[in-house]
Formats: sequence, structure tokens, C-alpha cells
Amino acid sequence: MLVRAEHLQAGYAPGQPVVRGVEFAVAAGQAVAVLAPNGGGKTTLFRTLLGELPPLGGTFAVDGTIAAVHQHDHARLDFPVSALDVALMGAYGRTPWWRRIAGADRAAARAALDRVGLVDREGTHFGSLSGGQRRRVMIARAIVQDARILLLDEPFAGVDRASEERILTVLEDLAAEGRTLLIATHDVEQSRRWDRVLCLNGRQIAFGTPEETLTAPTLAATYGPELVVLREGRMGLTIQHHEH
Amino acid sequence: MTIRDRALLEVVLLGAACGPLSVWLLANRQAYAAESLAHAMLPGLAIAAAAGAPLLLGGSAGVVVAALLIALAARDQRIGSETAIAVTVTGLFGLGALLAIDAETPLGDLLFGDLLGVSDGDLIAAAALAIVVPLTLAAVHRPLTVAAFAPALASRPARTQAALLALLAAAIVVAVQGLGNLLVLALLVAPGIAGRRAPRLPQQLVLAALIAAASGAAGVLASDRLGTAAGASVALVLVAAAGAGLRREPRRNVRRSPIEALSDRA
Repeated sequence: MLVRAEHLQAGYAPGQPVVRGVEFAVAAGQAVAVLAPNGGGKTTLFRTLLGELPPLGGTFAVDGTIAAVHQHDHARLDFPVSALDVALMGAYGRTPWWRRIAGADRAAARAALDRVGLVDREGTHFGSLSGGQRRRVMIARAIVQDARILLLDEPFAGVDRASEERILTVLEDLAAEGRTLLIATHDVEQSRRWDRVLCLNGRQIAFGTPEETLTAPTLAATYGPELVVLREGRMGLTIQHHEH
Repeated sequence: MTIRDRALLEVVLLGAACGPLSVWLLANRQAYAAESLAHAMLPGLAIAAAAGAPLLLGGSAGVVVAALLIALAARDQRIGSETAIAVTVTGLFGLGALLAIDAETPLGDLLFGDLLGVSDGDLIAAAALAIVVPLTLAAVHRPLTVAAFAPALASRPARTQAALLALLAAAIVVAVQGLGNLLVLALLVAPGIAGRRAPRLPQQLVLAALIAAASGAAGVLASDRLGTAAGASVALVLVAAAGAGLRREPRRNVRRSPIEALSDRA
């Protein structure tokens, strides 16, 4: 298992967990949708898995390098970097300060931009790209990091349909390569595409296959009054994406 | 070497160091830190001047004490960090002005510098700065880039900021000899603005260094020709270069209607 959590409690202050009772195990090549209402604990869980926050209880293990695509990275749109420069940032961690970025890493960055459909925009100023394109560049940066585990915090929030389709394809390809993906999302229907679903709402509500977890009672416990049932039994959410 | 030539050499060396540093200070939103640190070190300069000690020594001690007090003030939750820093800096500046009353070096020289009186030691310090600052910036170029572009992606942002502030402190201590406690800020902020004319980061760093050195030299020459104060002339040329570097930025993050967005895409 590449990612395993046991009785994990995550939060910002001792004794005040934002989410507790998290227990799951994810194997290589599995993609997990993480469903939670705003404030339900998915970003806090991600920050704990990334090592940015110490666990407040329980344990977790991450077997391999881990990379993240944040929902709000607050990237400076006026900063003079191109799409290729940003993708190359994925190679910074493995390049000593006294060495130039290797040719292989440059090739990897171009290949990553090609995967997200932006190789023809490699020289474009990052701030000039659309929101969806910028998100795709950030995913390219995570690909260049060559991490075995990818945490994606609402990668589809605020992106156009073309970017969403491209991102979905890339994520499925990454999982097929044996990488483990944890994808925080509010899209219940889209969660059916992934291998597992983790439902959180201050605590773990459920973890299992989409068939096991995407049921009306589980979703009601996850989202409470924010959940609406649409025609033909499909479910949707009334919530809006929010700024942290 | 004439007095004017020494002043020219001093400002060119300082420009080579402070130009690229300025780009990073602005990129990391540290202009306020630069101003605070430069002004708050005045007591150190004043004590050194009163004791007849080298200003470099007094400036070094002053900048360390100022940094510690500003860091303490920044933690104040009662009135907010910005207000606490402003009060602390003003207090230290006032204390420095009082201490400088009986100093051997006039208060005016501490505040506005004495470019025409730079010593051999000042030139050596400026030359060392012109070597150390660009080399250190080159060594931390990647973490600085990530920290400035998207702090959330930086692996050790505190360490990167500390390195940048250490370079800032060193630059202030050395440059304050020639440009003084008040005018030194022009050298730490203006080149970074002027360098924004260049589209890419490496070009901005080089352009900022060139503009800082050239503006400094132009200020000294103008001062020599017009009989104006050297430090003030250098500062004004730097500010003019910064003004020329400003360009009209496209409006970003403007909320548009879906119809406007669709028409843009079409």
C-alpha cells in the first residue's frame, strides 16, 4: 500500500482535530475521490499527508515521493515566468543548487506540458493563461516531480470544460502508470470514475468502492443539507467553492 | 583617483549588488522590510559616529538590533504587526536622531550619506558586496523563484526569506555609508521597478543591475556638473528610472459576465 492511515486525526491545534477517525489504505495505481463539504477536512488531511501538519492522533504512512496540486496556490500572475518555467519547477527538488537544470528534465517538462495539452504554449507567460490552463500547468509541474503519489485539491474547480476533459484524461493515464491519486472534489457523479471514494465530514464517513459509498445515506451524512437529490436518483450539491 | 571617481566607483559597485537584490525584494514583497530596516538602524550609526567607531561596525550592530526589535514587534497581536513595526521603526529613528546630536559625523551625513567622502574601506566593502550578493542570489535563485511565484509551493520558505533578509541587511550596512539612512532605499527599490521592462526574470536581474549602476553614475555626474548633493542626485535619477520603467499593466481578476467571457474566447 502506498498510502495508509489508521485512526488518523488531522488539524491545526492540539486537541482540536478538523477531521478524525480516518482509516484507509490505497494501493499503487488506485485513484481515490475525496468527498467532503467545505470545512469537512479534505485540505487538512492533504496537508497532513504532505507533512505540513503533524498528525494530532493515529498514524499514517506514505510509501514514496508525494506531490500536490493545491486548489489555491496563490501564484503571482505578474511574476515573469513562462508555462515551461513553472513545469520545470518540478525538477528543482532533485537538482543541486550549483547545477543547471538537466536536459532530461527540460525534456520531461516539455513532455508533461504535452500531456496536459499545452506544449504549444510553453513560452507563454503563466499569468496570461486561462484559469484552466494554469491548473494544467500546475499538474504538469507535479508530473515533472515524478512523484508516485499525487494529491490534487479540487483540480476541476473553476476550469473550463475543455480543461476538465484534458485533466481527467491525464489523471486516468497517471493512475494507469501505477501512480496513486487522491483527488479532492465536490463532483459526486465524477467520483464514480475513480477506484475508491473517501467521504469526510469532520470524521470519516465512509471509504470504499463508488458502489459502496455513493449511496444516499452516506452522501447525506457527508454533505447534510447541502445535498440535493435530482431527478432519476442522481445527486448534486448546492455548495459553492470558497476561498480559504 | 579623484573624489568624483571614487564616488562613481562606489555607486557602480553598489548598483551591481543592489540592482538584482532589488528585483527579489520586490518579488517577495519586502520593500516595507527594506524601509523599516534601513531607518531603524540609525541608533547604531549614531552611536558609532559619537564614539568615533567605524560606521560599518555601528551599522552592523544597528541592523541586527533593529531586525530583532522589528521581529518582536511583528508578533504583537494587540495593535497588529504593521502598526507595531511602524511604531518601533519611528521610535528607533527618533532615538538615533537624538543620539546623533553630539556625534562627530553630522546627522545630515547619516541620513543622506556622503558619497564624496567614501573611504578605501567603503570601496572594499562595496566591492565585496558586489561579489557576494550576486553569487548568493545565484545560489538561491530556484528557491527564491518558487517563494516569489507561489509561496504555497516553496519547500522551506522561512529559510529562503531569511537568506534574502540577510542579504538586505548586508546591503543596507554597506550602502548606507554613501547614500545614508534615508536615500539608501532608492537603491533597494527603484532598480527592481525599472527592471520590470524586461519580460523574463534573468533579463530583469541583469537590467536592474545595469540600471542601478548607470543611474548611480548619472547621479554622481549630474551632481558634479550641477553642484547638487551627490546622494540626493543619485536617488532622484534612480527614482526617475523607476518611473520610466512603469508600464500600464492589463487589469487582472476583473469579474466579467459569462457573455463577455464567451465573446473573448470566440
